[in-house]
Amino acid sequence: MSQSAIQPAFADASRGAQAVFRSVMDAMSRPGRITPLDAGFAPPAPLNAAAAAILIALADFETPLWLDGPLARHGEVAEFLRFHTGAKLAPTPDAAAFAVIADPASAPTLGAFAQGTPDYPDRSTTVILQVERLTPDGWQIAGPGINGHAHFGATPLPGDLTHQFKNNRARFPLGVDLIFAGPSEIAALPRSTRILEAR
Amino acid sequence: MTATPIYNFAYLDEQTKRMIRRAILKAIAIPGYQVPFASREMPMPYGWGTGGVQVTASVLGPDDVLKVIDQGADDTTNAVSIRKFFEKTAGVATTTRTREATVIQTRHRIPEEPLGESQILVYQVPIPEPLRFLEPRETETRQMHALEDYGLMHVKLYEDIARHGHIATTYAYPIKVEGRYVMDPSPIPKFDNPKMDMSPALQLFGAGREQRIYALPPYTQVISLDFEDHPFERTKFDKPCGLCGATGVYLDEVVTDDRGGRLFVCSDTDYCEERRGGQA
Repeated sequence: MSQSAIQPAFADASRGAQAVFRSVMDAMSRPGRITPLDAGFAPPAPLNAAAAAILIALADFETPLWLDGPLARHGEVAEFLRFHTGAKLAPTPDAAAFAVIADPASAPTLGAFAQGTPDYPDRSTTVILQVERLTPDGWQIAGPGINGHAHFGATPLPGDLTHQFKNNRARFPLGVDLIFAGPSEIAALPRSTRILEAR
Repeated sequence: MTATPIYNFAYLDEQTKRMIRRAILKAIAIPGYQVPFASREMPMPYGWGTGGVQVTASVLGPDDVLKVIDQGADDTTNAVSIRKFFEKTAGVATTTRTREATVIQTRHRIPEEPLGESQILVYQVPIPEPLRFLEPRETETRQMHALEDYGLMHVKLYEDIARHGHIATTYAYPIKVEGRYVMDPSPIPKFDNPKMDMSPALQLFGAGREQRIYALPPYTQVISLDFEDHPFERTKFDKPCGLCGATGVYLDEVVTDDRGGRLFVCSDTDYCEERRGGQA
Protein backbone atom coordinates (compact mmCIF):
# COMPACT_ATOMS: atom_id res chain seq x y z
CA MET A 1 0.00 0.00 0.00
CA SER A 2 1.43 3.37 -1.01
CA GLN A 3 1.80 6.22 1.45
CA SER A 4 -0.97 8.32 -0.13
CA ALA A 5 -3.54 5.59 0.44
CA ILE A 6 -3.78 6.41 4.09
CA GLN A 7 -3.97 10.17 3.74
CA PRO A 8 -6.65 11.48 6.05
CA ALA A 9 -10.06 12.63 4.81
CA PHE A 10 -12.51 14.66 6.92
CA ALA A 11 -10.99 16.16 10.06
CA ASP A 12 -14.30 15.37 11.80
CA ALA A 13 -16.00 12.42 10.12
CA SER A 14 -19.50 13.24 11.35
CA ARG A 15 -19.54 17.00 10.71
CA GLY A 16 -17.52 16.71 7.49
CA ALA A 17 -19.94 14.19 6.01
CA GLN A 18 -22.94 16.26 7.12
CA ALA A 19 -21.65 19.45 5.49
CA VAL A 20 -20.87 17.66 2.23
CA PHE A 21 -24.26 15.91 2.24
CA ARG A 22 -26.05 19.24 2.70
CA SER A 23 -24.17 20.67 -0.29
CA VAL A 24 -25.16 17.66 -2.37
CA MET A 25 -28.77 17.85 -1.16
CA ASP A 26 -28.91 21.58 -1.98
CA ALA A 27 -27.46 20.90 -5.43
CA MET A 28 -29.83 17.99 -6.09
CA SER A 29 -32.92 19.90 -4.93
CA ARG A 30 -32.01 22.99 -7.00
CA PRO A 31 -30.73 21.55 -10.30
CA GLY A 32 -28.07 23.60 -12.06
CA ARG A 33 -27.39 25.80 -9.06
CA ILE A 34 -23.65 26.02 -8.37
CA THR A 35 -23.11 25.06 -4.74
CA PRO A 36 -19.86 25.49 -2.82
CA LEU A 37 -18.30 22.31 -1.49
CA ASP A 38 -15.15 22.49 0.57
CA ALA A 39 -13.68 19.03 1.07
CA GLY A 40 -10.89 20.23 3.36
CA PHE A 41 -8.51 17.48 2.23
CA ALA A 42 -6.59 16.48 -0.88
CA PRO A 43 -7.25 13.02 -2.38
CA PRO A 44 -4.77 11.24 -4.68
CA ALA A 45 -4.91 12.52 -8.30
CA PRO A 46 -6.71 12.31 -10.65
CA LEU A 47 -9.62 12.04 -8.18
CA ASN A 48 -10.72 15.60 -7.40
CA ALA A 49 -11.51 16.85 -3.93
CA ALA A 50 -15.24 17.38 -4.42
CA ALA A 51 -15.78 13.94 -5.94
CA ALA A 52 -13.75 12.35 -3.14
CA ALA A 53 -15.71 14.24 -0.47
CA ILE A 54 -19.04 13.14 -1.95
CA LEU A 55 -17.97 9.49 -2.00
CA ILE A 56 -16.58 9.54 1.53
CA ALA A 57 -19.76 11.24 2.77
CA LEU A 58 -22.15 8.86 1.04
CA ALA A 59 -20.51 5.59 0.00
CA ASP A 60 -19.94 2.51 2.18
CA PHE A 61 -20.05 -1.29 2.06
CA GLU A 62 -23.57 -1.15 0.60
CA THR A 63 -22.63 0.90 -2.46
CA PRO A 64 -20.34 -0.53 -5.17
CA LEU A 65 -18.21 2.15 -6.87
CA TRP A 66 -17.27 2.27 -10.51
CA LEU A 67 -14.18 4.24 -11.53
CA ASP A 68 -13.45 5.19 -15.14
CA GLY A 69 -10.20 4.32 -16.94
CA PRO A 70 -7.89 7.12 -15.68
CA LEU A 71 -9.09 6.68 -12.08
CA ALA A 72 -8.86 2.90 -12.19
CA ARG A 73 -5.34 3.08 -13.63
CA HIS A 74 -4.11 4.96 -10.57
CA GLY A 75 -4.14 2.27 -7.93
CA GLU A 76 -3.87 4.75 -5.07
CA VAL A 77 -7.31 6.18 -5.89
CA ALA A 78 -8.99 2.84 -5.32
CA GLU A 79 -6.86 2.23 -2.22
CA PHE A 80 -7.82 5.64 -0.82
CA LEU A 81 -11.53 5.10 -1.44
CA ARG A 82 -11.48 1.55 -0.13
CA PHE A 83 -9.76 2.68 3.04
CA HIS A 84 -12.13 5.56 3.75
CA THR A 85 -15.45 4.11 2.57
CA GLY A 86 -15.13 0.33 2.72
CA ALA A 87 -16.94 0.22 -0.62
CA LYS A 88 -16.04 -2.46 -3.13
CA LEU A 89 -15.41 -1.71 -6.78
CA ALA A 90 -18.13 -2.55 -9.27
CA PRO A 91 -16.93 -4.68 -12.20
CA THR A 92 -19.23 -2.92 -14.69
CA PRO A 93 -20.97 0.48 -14.76
CA ASP A 94 -24.43 -1.07 -14.40
CA ALA A 95 -23.47 -2.68 -11.08
CA ALA A 96 -22.50 0.62 -9.48
CA ALA A 97 -24.34 2.78 -6.95
CA PHE A 98 -21.85 5.59 -7.55
CA ALA A 99 -19.63 6.11 -10.58
CA VAL A 100 -16.87 8.67 -11.05
CA ILE A 101 -15.75 9.88 -14.45
CA ALA A 102 -12.46 11.77 -14.70
CA ASP A 103 -12.12 11.65 -18.47
CA PRO A 104 -15.31 12.77 -20.22
CA ALA A 105 -13.94 11.84 -23.65
CA SER A 106 -13.89 8.12 -22.87
CA ALA A 107 -16.96 8.00 -20.57
CA PRO A 108 -19.55 5.26 -21.09
CA THR A 109 -23.00 6.50 -22.15
CA LEU A 110 -25.48 7.30 -19.37
CA GLY A 111 -27.51 4.33 -20.54
CA ALA A 112 -24.65 1.98 -19.59
CA PHE A 113 -25.19 2.65 -15.87
CA ALA A 114 -27.85 1.14 -13.63
CA GLN A 115 -31.20 2.72 -14.53
CA GLY A 116 -33.36 1.31 -11.72
CA THR A 117 -36.45 -0.80 -12.38
CA PRO A 118 -40.07 0.32 -12.86
CA ASP A 119 -40.87 -0.97 -9.35
CA TYR A 120 -37.68 0.44 -7.81
CA PRO A 121 -36.43 3.38 -9.89
CA ASP A 122 -34.14 4.34 -6.98
CA ARG A 123 -31.86 1.36 -7.73
CA SER A 124 -29.83 3.41 -10.16
CA THR A 125 -26.31 4.81 -10.43
CA THR A 126 -25.43 8.32 -9.28
CA VAL A 127 -22.86 9.48 -11.80
CA ILE A 128 -20.22 11.96 -10.62
CA LEU A 129 -18.56 13.83 -13.50
CA GLN A 130 -15.33 15.56 -12.60
CA VAL A 131 -15.16 18.91 -14.39
CA GLU A 132 -12.79 21.85 -14.38
CA ARG A 133 -15.36 24.59 -14.44
CA LEU A 134 -19.06 25.13 -13.66
CA THR A 135 -20.81 28.07 -15.27
CA PRO A 136 -24.24 29.68 -14.83
CA ASP A 137 -24.75 29.75 -18.60
CA GLY A 138 -25.11 26.99 -21.16
CA TRP A 139 -28.11 24.66 -21.13
CA GLN A 140 -31.46 26.16 -20.39
CA ILE A 141 -33.05 23.75 -17.92
CA ALA A 142 -36.40 23.35 -16.18
CA GLY A 143 -38.13 20.89 -13.88
CA PRO A 144 -38.66 20.19 -10.18
CA GLY A 145 -36.42 22.38 -8.04
CA ILE A 146 -36.20 25.15 -10.63
CA ASN A 147 -38.38 28.25 -10.41
CA GLY A 148 -39.24 28.76 -14.08
CA HIS A 149 -35.99 27.98 -15.82
CA ALA A 150 -32.28 28.20 -15.11
CA HIS A 151 -28.99 28.07 -16.99
CA PHE A 152 -26.14 25.76 -16.32
CA GLY A 153 -23.01 24.53 -18.04
CA ALA A 154 -19.76 22.74 -17.25
CA THR A 155 -16.50 21.94 -19.02
CA PRO A 156 -15.20 19.57 -20.14
CA LEU A 157 -18.14 17.27 -20.86
CA PRO A 158 -18.71 14.21 -23.06
CA GLY A 159 -19.50 15.54 -26.55
CA ASP A 160 -23.07 14.30 -26.82
CA LEU A 161 -24.11 14.69 -23.19
CA THR A 162 -27.04 16.92 -24.19
CA HIS A 163 -28.48 14.14 -26.32
CA GLN A 164 -27.68 11.50 -23.69
CA PHE A 165 -29.31 13.48 -20.92
CA LYS A 166 -32.43 14.06 -22.99
CA ASN A 167 -32.64 10.30 -23.46
CA ASN A 168 -32.11 9.90 -19.72
CA ARG A 169 -35.04 12.27 -19.05
CA ALA A 170 -37.19 10.32 -21.48
CA ARG A 171 -36.71 7.21 -19.32
CA PHE A 172 -38.08 8.97 -16.22
CA PRO A 173 -38.71 7.74 -13.50
CA LEU A 174 -35.83 5.46 -14.48
CA GLY A 175 -32.43 6.93 -15.23
CA VAL A 176 -29.28 8.21 -13.58
CA ASP A 177 -28.69 11.37 -11.58
CA LEU A 178 -25.66 13.49 -12.47
CA ILE A 179 -23.42 15.39 -10.10
CA PHE A 180 -20.85 17.72 -11.64
CA ALA A 181 -17.85 17.98 -9.33
CA GLY A 182 -15.64 21.03 -9.88
CA PRO A 183 -12.56 21.71 -7.78
CA SER A 184 -14.44 23.43 -4.95
CA GLU A 185 -18.07 23.53 -6.09
CA ILE A 186 -20.70 21.17 -7.38
CA ALA A 187 -23.98 21.18 -9.30
CA ALA A 188 -26.46 18.42 -10.06
CA LEU A 189 -28.88 17.42 -12.77
CA PRO A 190 -31.27 14.80 -11.36
CA ARG A 191 -33.17 12.65 -13.83
CA SER A 192 -36.23 14.89 -13.39
CA THR A 193 -34.54 17.88 -15.06
CA ARG A 194 -35.41 18.76 -18.66
CA ILE A 195 -32.93 20.40 -21.00
CA LEU A 196 -34.95 22.96 -22.94
CA GLU A 197 -32.19 24.41 -25.03
CA ALA A 198 -28.59 23.46 -25.61
CA ARG A 199 -26.04 26.12 -26.33
CA MET B 1 -18.80 10.92 38.06
CA THR B 2 -21.46 12.32 35.84
CA ALA B 3 -23.65 9.82 34.10
CA THR B 4 -24.44 11.98 31.07
CA PRO B 5 -24.41 9.66 28.06
CA ILE B 6 -22.39 10.77 25.04
CA TYR B 7 -24.15 10.40 21.72
CA ASN B 8 -22.88 10.58 18.19
CA PHE B 9 -23.99 13.89 16.67
CA ALA B 10 -27.79 13.75 16.27
CA TYR B 11 -28.01 10.27 17.86
CA LEU B 12 -27.76 8.07 14.73
CA ASP B 13 -24.51 6.31 13.82
CA GLU B 14 -22.73 7.44 10.66
CA GLN B 15 -23.59 4.39 8.56
CA THR B 16 -27.29 4.85 9.26
CA LYS B 17 -27.05 8.51 8.32
CA ARG B 18 -25.30 7.67 5.05
CA MET B 19 -28.01 5.15 4.18
CA ILE B 20 -30.77 7.67 4.97
CA ARG B 21 -28.95 10.47 3.12
CA ARG B 22 -28.69 8.30 0.00
CA ALA B 23 -32.43 7.61 0.22
CA ILE B 24 -33.15 11.35 0.57
CA LEU B 25 -31.13 12.14 -2.57
CA LYS B 26 -33.02 9.51 -4.58
CA ALA B 27 -36.30 10.82 -3.21
CA ILE B 28 -35.43 14.34 -4.38
CA ALA B 29 -34.45 13.04 -7.83
CA ILE B 30 -37.77 11.16 -8.22
CA PRO B 31 -40.36 13.53 -6.69
CA GLY B 32 -43.25 11.70 -5.05
CA TYR B 33 -41.70 8.20 -5.31
CA GLN B 34 -41.38 6.32 -2.01
CA VAL B 35 -37.78 5.19 -1.48
CA PRO B 36 -37.42 2.16 0.84
CA PHE B 37 -34.92 2.62 3.66
CA ALA B 38 -33.72 0.53 6.58
CA SER B 39 -35.52 2.36 9.36
CA ARG B 40 -33.86 2.00 12.76
CA GLU B 41 -35.35 1.55 16.18
CA MET B 42 -35.44 4.92 17.86
CA PRO B 43 -35.75 5.68 21.57
CA MET B 44 -39.44 6.45 21.06
CA PRO B 45 -42.33 4.32 19.86
CA TYR B 46 -43.53 4.10 16.27
CA GLY B 47 -46.24 6.66 15.75
CA TRP B 48 -44.26 9.32 17.57
CA GLY B 49 -42.46 10.46 14.49
CA THR B 50 -39.58 8.01 14.21
CA GLY B 51 -39.44 8.52 10.43
CA GLY B 52 -39.33 12.29 10.71
CA VAL B 53 -36.77 12.07 13.52
CA GLN B 54 -34.45 9.88 11.41
CA VAL B 55 -34.72 12.25 8.44
CA THR B 56 -34.11 15.28 10.67
CA ALA B 57 -31.13 13.56 12.35
CA SER B 58 -29.57 12.84 8.96
CA VAL B 59 -30.07 16.37 7.63
CA LEU B 60 -29.26 18.41 10.72
CA GLY B 61 -25.93 20.21 11.12
CA PRO B 62 -24.45 22.12 14.06
CA ASP B 63 -25.55 25.51 12.62
CA ASP B 64 -29.18 24.56 12.05
CA VAL B 65 -32.04 26.03 14.05
CA LEU B 66 -34.74 23.43 14.65
CA LYS B 67 -38.47 23.94 15.14
CA VAL B 68 -40.83 21.05 15.86
CA ILE B 69 -44.60 21.27 15.62
CA ASP B 70 -47.37 18.82 16.39
CA GLN B 71 -50.68 19.75 14.73
CA GLY B 72 -49.36 23.30 14.44
CA ALA B 73 -48.44 23.58 18.12
CA ASP B 74 -44.91 24.01 19.47
CA ASP B 75 -45.89 23.16 23.04
CA THR B 76 -47.49 19.71 22.87
CA THR B 77 -45.81 16.55 24.19
CA ASN B 78 -44.60 15.21 20.85
CA ALA B 79 -43.12 18.54 19.75
CA VAL B 80 -41.47 19.29 23.09
CA SER B 81 -39.92 15.84 23.43
CA ILE B 82 -38.50 15.76 19.88
CA ARG B 83 -37.09 19.26 20.34
CA LYS B 84 -35.48 18.16 23.62
CA PHE B 85 -34.16 15.01 21.94
CA PHE B 86 -32.19 17.04 19.41
CA GLU B 87 -31.08 19.62 21.97
CA LYS B 88 -29.58 16.75 23.91
CA THR B 89 -28.13 14.61 21.13
CA ALA B 90 -27.09 17.28 18.59
CA GLY B 91 -26.78 20.38 20.73
CA VAL B 92 -28.54 22.42 18.04
CA ALA B 93 -30.39 25.67 18.66
CA THR B 94 -34.16 25.34 18.75
CA THR B 95 -36.90 27.88 18.23
CA THR B 96 -40.65 28.14 18.07
CA ARG B 97 -40.50 30.95 15.50
CA THR B 98 -41.18 29.70 11.98
CA ARG B 99 -39.12 32.51 10.46
CA GLU B 100 -36.00 31.68 12.50
CA ALA B 101 -35.98 27.94 11.80
CA THR B 102 -33.83 26.30 9.12
CA VAL B 103 -35.28 22.82 9.70
CA ILE B 104 -38.91 22.35 10.75
CA GLN B 105 -40.13 18.89 11.71
CA THR B 106 -43.88 18.69 11.54
CA ARG B 107 -46.64 16.34 12.47
CA HIS B 108 -49.64 17.05 10.29
CA ARG B 109 -49.50 20.80 9.60
CA ILE B 110 -47.66 23.27 7.37
CA PRO B 111 -46.96 26.58 9.15
CA GLU B 112 -49.16 29.52 8.18
CA GLU B 113 -46.18 31.75 7.52
CA PRO B 114 -44.88 31.12 3.97
CA LEU B 115 -41.62 29.15 3.99
CA GLY B 116 -38.46 30.34 2.28
CA GLU B 117 -35.75 28.77 0.12
CA SER B 118 -33.37 28.27 3.04
CA GLN B 119 -35.87 26.17 5.01
CA ILE B 120 -36.44 22.41 5.06
CA LEU B 121 -39.78 20.96 6.14
CA VAL B 122 -39.64 17.37 7.49
CA TYR B 123 -42.97 15.55 7.76
CA GLN B 124 -43.74 12.66 10.09
CA VAL B 125 -45.71 10.13 8.06
CA PRO B 126 -47.77 7.23 9.45
CA ILE B 127 -48.86 5.51 6.19
CA PRO B 128 -46.86 6.69 3.17
CA GLU B 129 -48.75 4.65 0.58
CA PRO B 130 -51.78 6.59 -0.73
CA LEU B 131 -53.21 3.40 -2.25
CA ARG B 132 -52.77 1.26 0.90
CA PHE B 133 -56.40 1.33 2.06
CA LEU B 134 -57.55 0.52 -1.47
CA GLU B 135 -55.01 -2.26 -2.11
CA PRO B 136 -53.30 -3.85 0.89
CA ARG B 137 -50.58 -5.72 -1.03
CA GLU B 138 -47.29 -3.85 -1.32
CA THR B 139 -46.35 -5.84 -4.45
CA GLU B 140 -49.53 -4.59 -6.11
CA THR B 141 -49.30 -0.93 -5.08
CA ARG B 142 -45.66 -0.84 -6.21
CA GLN B 143 -46.73 -2.08 -9.62
CA MET B 144 -49.62 0.39 -9.73
CA HIS B 145 -47.12 3.23 -9.20
CA ALA B 146 -44.80 1.75 -11.83
CA LEU B 147 -47.64 1.58 -14.36
CA GLU B 148 -49.11 4.91 -13.28
CA ASP B 149 -52.33 3.03 -12.64
CA TYR B 150 -54.23 5.43 -10.41
CA GLY B 151 -57.78 4.75 -11.54
CA LEU B 152 -58.62 3.21 -8.16
CA MET B 153 -57.88 6.48 -6.39
CA HIS B 154 -60.31 8.32 -8.63
CA VAL B 155 -62.92 5.64 -7.93
CA LYS B 156 -62.45 6.28 -4.22
CA LEU B 157 -62.97 10.03 -4.66
CA TYR B 158 -65.97 9.33 -6.91
CA GLU B 159 -67.48 7.10 -4.23
CA ASP B 160 -67.13 10.03 -1.83
CA ILE B 161 -69.19 12.14 -4.22
CA ALA B 162 -71.77 9.38 -4.75
CA ARG B 163 -72.22 8.97 -1.00
CA HIS B 164 -71.84 12.51 0.33
CA GLY B 165 -72.38 14.73 -2.71
CA HIS B 166 -68.85 16.07 -2.47
CA ILE B 167 -65.30 14.79 -1.95
CA ALA B 168 -65.42 14.11 1.79
CA THR B 169 -61.69 13.49 2.27
CA THR B 170 -60.49 16.29 4.51
CA TYR B 171 -56.98 15.19 5.47
CA ALA B 172 -54.26 13.08 3.78
CA TYR B 173 -55.89 14.29 0.60
CA PRO B 174 -54.07 12.60 -2.34
CA ILE B 175 -51.87 14.71 -4.59
CA LYS B 176 -50.19 14.16 -7.94
CA VAL B 177 -46.58 15.30 -8.20
CA GLU B 178 -45.28 16.76 -11.49
CA GLY B 179 -47.92 14.78 -13.37
CA ARG B 180 -46.39 11.44 -12.40
CA TYR B 181 -46.58 9.93 -8.90
CA VAL B 182 -49.68 10.01 -6.72
CA MET B 183 -48.48 10.78 -3.21
CA ASP B 184 -49.85 10.89 0.31
CA PRO B 185 -49.13 14.36 1.72
CA SER B 186 -49.24 12.79 5.23
CA PRO B 187 -52.32 13.53 7.36
CA ILE B 188 -52.17 17.30 6.94
CA PRO B 189 -55.59 18.95 6.53
CA LYS B 190 -56.46 19.47 2.87
CA PHE B 191 -56.40 23.17 3.79
CA ASP B 192 -52.59 22.90 3.65
CA ASN B 193 -52.38 21.06 0.29
CA PRO B 194 -52.11 24.24 -1.83
CA LYS B 195 -49.08 25.33 0.23
CA MET B 196 -47.15 22.31 -1.10
CA ASP B 197 -47.45 23.44 -4.71
CA MET B 198 -44.38 25.36 -5.94
CA SER B 199 -43.13 25.84 -2.37
CA PRO B 200 -39.68 27.47 -2.24
CA ALA B 201 -38.76 25.12 0.65
CA LEU B 202 -37.54 21.54 0.30
CA GLN B 203 -40.10 19.09 1.74
CA LEU B 204 -38.96 15.69 3.05
CA PHE B 205 -41.24 12.90 4.29
CA GLY B 206 -40.18 10.10 6.64
CA ALA B 207 -42.24 7.04 7.59
CA GLY B 208 -40.38 5.06 10.26
CA ARG B 209 -42.56 2.00 10.77
CA GLU B 210 -43.30 1.71 7.04
CA GLN B 211 -39.64 2.36 6.14
CA ARG B 212 -40.18 4.88 3.38
CA ILE B 213 -38.70 8.28 2.56
CA TYR B 214 -40.08 10.57 -0.13
CA ALA B 215 -39.69 14.19 -1.10
CA LEU B 216 -40.95 17.25 -2.89
CA PRO B 217 -38.10 19.39 -4.20
CA PRO B 218 -38.66 23.15 -4.09
CA TYR B 219 -40.75 24.58 -6.94
CA THR B 220 -42.46 21.29 -7.69
CA GLN B 221 -45.92 21.09 -9.16
CA VAL B 222 -48.36 19.52 -6.71
CA ILE B 223 -51.99 19.03 -7.74
CA SER B 224 -54.73 17.79 -5.42
CA LEU B 225 -56.71 15.10 -7.28
CA ASP B 226 -60.23 16.14 -8.25
CA PHE B 227 -62.82 16.09 -11.03
CA GLU B 228 -63.73 18.83 -13.50
CA ASP B 229 -67.26 19.06 -12.07
CA HIS B 230 -66.08 18.56 -8.46
CA PRO B 231 -62.91 20.68 -8.23
CA PHE B 232 -60.65 20.55 -5.17
CA GLU B 233 -61.84 23.01 -2.54
CA ARG B 234 -59.83 24.32 0.35
CA THR B 235 -61.50 24.10 3.77
CA LYS B 236 -63.07 27.45 4.68
CA PHE B 237 -63.90 28.78 8.14
CA ASP B 238 -66.77 31.25 8.65
CA LYS B 239 -65.20 32.87 11.71
CA PRO B 240 -61.78 34.37 12.38
CA CYS B 241 -59.48 33.04 15.10
CA GLY B 242 -61.03 33.67 18.54
CA LEU B 243 -57.72 34.86 19.97
CA CYS B 244 -55.86 36.80 17.27
CA GLY B 245 -58.65 37.46 14.76
CA ALA B 246 -56.74 35.94 11.84
CA THR B 247 -58.75 34.90 8.80
CA GLY B 248 -57.72 32.46 6.09
CA VAL B 249 -55.88 30.24 8.56
CA TYR B 250 -56.57 26.72 9.83
CA LEU B 251 -58.55 26.72 13.08
CA ASP B 252 -58.83 24.20 15.93
CA GLU B 253 -61.98 23.84 17.98
CA VAL B 254 -61.38 24.19 21.71
CA VAL B 255 -64.08 23.33 24.25
CA THR B 256 -63.99 26.06 26.89
CA ASP B 257 -66.50 24.93 29.52
CA ASP B 258 -69.09 22.23 30.27
CA ARG B 259 -72.03 24.25 28.98
CA GLY B 260 -71.28 23.90 25.27
CA GLY B 261 -68.94 26.88 25.05
CA ARG B 262 -66.37 26.60 22.33
CA LEU B 263 -63.66 28.64 20.75
CA PHE B 264 -62.06 28.40 17.33
CA VAL B 265 -58.38 29.33 17.48
CA CYS B 266 -55.33 29.17 15.18
CA SER B 267 -53.83 25.69 15.04
CA ASP B 268 -50.44 27.34 14.36
CA THR B 269 -49.54 28.55 17.86
CA ASP B 270 -46.46 30.54 16.77
CA TYR B 271 -48.46 32.44 14.14
CA CYS B 272 -51.21 33.23 16.66
CA GLU B 273 -48.80 34.34 19.39
CA GLU B 274 -46.88 36.58 17.05
CA ARG B 275 -50.07 38.26 15.90
CA ARG B 276 -51.05 38.86 19.52
CA GLY B 277 -47.84 40.76 20.22
CA GLY B 278 -45.19 38.10 20.55
CA GLN B 279 -45.68 37.17 24.21
CA ALA B 280 -44.52 33.61 23.52
